Amino acid sequence: MKFSESWLRETVQFDGDTEDLVARLTMAGLEVDGTEPAAAEFSGVVVAEITNIEAHPEAEKLNICLVDAGERGSLQVVCGAPNARAGLKVAFATVGACLPGGLKVDKANLRGADSFGMLCSAAELGLSEDDAGLLELAENAVAGVNLRECLALDDTIIEVDLTPNRGDCLSIMGLARETAALYKTTAAVDSCLPVKLLTEEVLSVHLSAPEACPRYAGRVVTGIDIRQPSPHWLQEKLRRSGIRSIDAVVDVTNYVMLELGQPMHAFDLDSIKGGIDVRFARPTESLTLLGGTEVDLDADSLVIADQAGALALAGVMGGEGSAVSSSTTNIFLESAHFNPLNIAGKARQYALHTDSSHRFERGVDPQLPVRAIERATELLLEFCGGQPGPTVVTEEQSVLPVRDHVLLRKAKLAQQLQLNTDDILVVDILGSLGIKVIESPADGWLCDIPSWRFDLTIEADLIEEIARMYGYDNLPVAAVNMPLEIEKNDEQVTSLIEIKRLMAARDYLEAITYSFVDEDLQKLVNPGYASVQLTNPISADMGVMRTSLITGLLLALKHNANRQQSRIRLFEVGQRFIAGESLIQEEMIAGVITGNRCNEGWTSADQAVDFYDIKGDIEALLAFTGAASNILFRVEDHPVLQPGQSLVITDNALNTIGYIGKLHPNIEKYLGLKQSVFIFELELDAIHTGQLPEFVEIARFPSVKRDIAVFVDEQVSYEELHNIVMRNSGDHLTDLKVFDVYEGKHVESNRKSIALSLTFQDNSRTLTDEEVKSSMDVVIAALESECSAQLRG
Amino acid sequence: MNDLEGLSEAAMQAISNAGSLAELNAARVDFLGKKGKITGLLKGLGKLPGEERPQAGARINEAKEKLQALINKQKQTLEDAALNARMAEERIDVTLPGRNSSLGGLHPITRTMERIEEFFIRVGYQVATGPEIEDDYHNFEALNIPAHHPARAMHDTFYVDENTVLRTHTSPVQIRTMEKQAPPIRIICPGRVYRCDSDLTHTPMFHQVEGLVVDKDISFADLKGTVDQFLKAFFEAELPVRFRPSYFPFTEPSAEVDIQCANCRGDGCRICSRTGWLEVMGCGMVHPNVFESCGVDTEAYTGFAFGMGVERLAMLRYGVTDLRMFFENDLRFVGQF
Repeated sequence: MKFSESWLRETVQFDGDTEDLVARLTMAGLEVDGTEPAAAEFSGVVVAEITNIEAHPEAEKLNICLVDAGERGSLQVVCGAPNARAGLKVAFATVGACLPGGLKVDKANLRGADSFGMLCSAAELGLSEDDAGLLELAENAVAGVNLRECLALDDTIIEVDLTPNRGDCLSIMGLARETAALYKTTAAVDSCLPVKLLTEEVLSVHLSAPEACPRYAGRVVTGIDIRQPSPHWLQEKLRRSGIRSIDAVVDVTNYVMLELGQPMHAFDLDSIKGGIDVRFARPTESLTLLGGTEVDLDADSLVIADQAGALALAGVMGGEGSAVSSSTTNIFLESAHFNPLNIAGKARQYALHTDSSHRFERGVDPQLPVRAIERATELLLEFCGGQPGPTVVTEEQSVLPVRDHVLLRKAKLAQQLQLNTDDILVVDILGSLGIKVIESPADGWLCDIPSWRFDLTIEADLIEEIARMYGYDNLPVAAVNMPLEIEKNDEQVTSLIEIKRLMAARDYLEAITYSFVDEDLQKLVNPGYASVQLTNPISADMGVMRTSLITGLLLALKHNANRQQSRIRLFEVGQRFIAGESLIQEEMIAGVITGNRCNEGWTSADQAVDFYDIKGDIEALLAFTGAASNILFRVEDHPVLQPGQSLVITDNALNTIGYIGKLHPNIEKYLGLKQSVFIFELELDAIHTGQLPEFVEIARFPSVKRDIAVFVDEQVSYEELHNIVMRNSGDHLTDLKVFDVYEGKHVESNRKSIALSLTFQDNSRTLTDEEVKSSMDVVIAALESECSAQLRG
Repeated sequence: MNDLEGLSEAAMQAISNAGSLAELNAARVDFLGKKGKITGLLKGLGKLPGEERPQAGARINEAKEKLQALINKQKQTLEDAALNARMAEERIDVTLPGRNSSLGGLHPITRTMERIEEFFIRVGYQVATGPEIEDDYHNFEALNIPAHHPARAMHDTFYVDENTVLRTHTSPVQIRTMEKQAPPIRIICPGRVYRCDSDLTHTPMFHQVEGLVVDKDISFADLKGTVDQFLKAFFEAELPVRFRPSYFPFTEPSAEVDIQCANCRGDGCRICSRTGWLEVMGCGMVHPNVFESCGVDTEAYTGFAFGMGVERLAMLRYGVTDLRMFFENDLRFVGQF
């Protein structure tokens, strides 16, 4: 909320400059977002009265004015404004004046007529955008007086960012109460007397939904002259509060809202058919709001209606049909109390946000309606004349909000704040906030909460008030005392950060990508998974929650590829989301690599990464967590992977937990990637737990190593050979390694050569050559018979 | 015995002239080998009269020893020379960069979050996590933010359906923890959160770390102390910290925490919007309504909670100027941390 500092100072006197005020408000929880001067810098501008006006003989659109500038005497000024007229009080920039933007005013000669200065529009003074004519000052403005003084322009606009609980501060009166409490002074209470009634005319009001609207004050004012604009001082106050001037009636209701905090509405009385009913909207009812938007009302929207239908969306916005217009002469003023619960969310629902809804949904003092309507009438009569009728208050006492008394216990206060409080101090603070202590039992204070404080309902609220006024920074500081207890720690589980550090050590950079992705891309990358849709995504390409981390990682890879990066290695850890009968949210780890195996350098040939690089990374990861023995690799295609370069990873129970492979060329093409990309994705829960190490005696007898090379058909996988060897090698095989795979020259087509290294060992003795040879013979025979292997010479 | 002297002389010559280990060995065999010339002299001792033999034998052995020493010395010289030659051969440019030194790295958010967690874990907090797609109850209702509460407008929530949201803060983890664990509770909850807002200073996804302590006799003073110690440790500086009253539906009293702007030391600059202070955290005493929705006895227990935006802290700590860079995953950015 924006407010004028000088307006606040009219209401409460305090010792402190702007800076001090800003600091105190901020430190009391009314955070000041910023300050700005109420008017741009200018000097040398005074009030003057046009005493004589004559058409310029040489220029059609110009007039030669004589102005009375008080002490400065009577001066001639040439002026082209259409509203220049004798008797008008204007802003006169004297010779030597400096206007906003640095414009200097000099003596001039316009087509033969001397001009000793310049008469200014509001725009020329930086006061508004109105440049249609001269700024018209009040009739009682005194000629010769500095304009800044006359309009009180040396003022600061303060913007305070009020938290939702402090709806009571959404007015000058509310801010004055708070300021008074902070400066230990009191705010002036306006002495608004009821206006004299000049008509008996009333409009009947019925409250059909008293829980939502327990109090409704209404008043008829007939015969107003709406052609009169509101006075400049009022417009200035509105402007400094960020509200545009509309017409005198709307300006008055806005002014009262700013001054007291009570939103009001004025209806064109002649457009109301029959009496007023405050009720919930009827089925299929609609309403055209101010500004012309038509809304379909739902059943829990509270409306102000007449016999014909809804006139206004209660507490939010008036309707177009009953709005005050330039032809209005009779009005009906509304000043009501609406239950915050019935207004809250309504503006948002209809995509509206108004000053009125902003206040009502935070809670407006139920005691205000009558006071506000009197104040508004008083101002209205002053500006527009008219005959006021009696204020009619329709209310349902039983459902009016009641502030429960709240007990503040000394012990609780002392415990929460660790403050050895002085009772007098507490009572003083409570009093300064308008909280009355109605009983003082030995253990505390029973408090009566003022009607405007919707936020004070329990003891903790009062403790906060004491802390706030005492000053958070003045409260004691301590260190938490905790028992030292040794926590359990599962050694078999590798922590996430260790896993991340391993990936970093293996030359992966960690990425963090958005959890919402493009639905089309996701369907391509991870088909067959139902994704969670957002009802209000930030954009269409962030419309669904990811079912795989790969989607985001591929986009990150593309982002980098488009920025001259050819070697990219990224991984990410995060949740993925799968829709279904029960929503699955599980932690995944995924990675993408492309480009050269090693960083560009002088030691290595430029060799692009391939399948075995990423498989090696995963094997290392599984070895690191110790999960390798719980994991199986299965030769199987996957939609995101190129067939034949794809491995699906399962746990021992054969549940799929991830995959590794080469990105499918179709997806590469779709994304416009120009290099082969290798990817993996794994469920984190399936891989972070390993076996506790169990010591095995180290063999003391020498091992025997035998190498063989065999030709086999191209289709025979290493895994098949491995399994045949493992099954047939007897008890002494301790290690099996593949050390060469060769296809091409010197090998028949459709055949390949695989070289294996077998290590045999026994724990109790040295193996004889015969024993090893017989084991090798069995292995070779099995390879020959089971997969047509042919021993290489 | 002139033979001995002559042979010794010749042997010495041959040894000194040997330019390689092979030549040296040849010289050794020639003079001292089994059939060597000087060895041969020993065989001739038998021809000498008995009383001369010992003396002559001794002289020959003495000569042999001398020569052997000379051979050893020459061998050492030759070996040294060979080694030096080899080493000269093997001289390399040690200023070239090493092999396979490339290393990946952690994202700055992870790095920051990890640091934050570490401070708290060391003093006995436990890490707790929760779902990112959260129900309305845990994200709002149980945190004392009923439907249509104006505070909901501060959250710009992403909805999955009427009753399901992307969590707007890590606070639901507080609720989930208190639902299943009785006090004392000391947890730290890091994680991703989401708000439907995207501009220069907002990303629709960001990270928070939340802390919760519930025990007997926990006070606002404890909260102030904890937050103050943490911020000084995090920034590794004795920065002034201030607490300002604020409003969060789930804490009461609530506070916003500012640190003095490290850039201008409180004088006011562009980074701190000329206020001299930087807002870094929100905190407060757990609201009784929150305790009640979790079944915690509000008379027996009190607690505090605090929450911080990880991106904000990372930006301040590492001087990052554009929030959006965190999620572009540009190698040139992530690689800096």
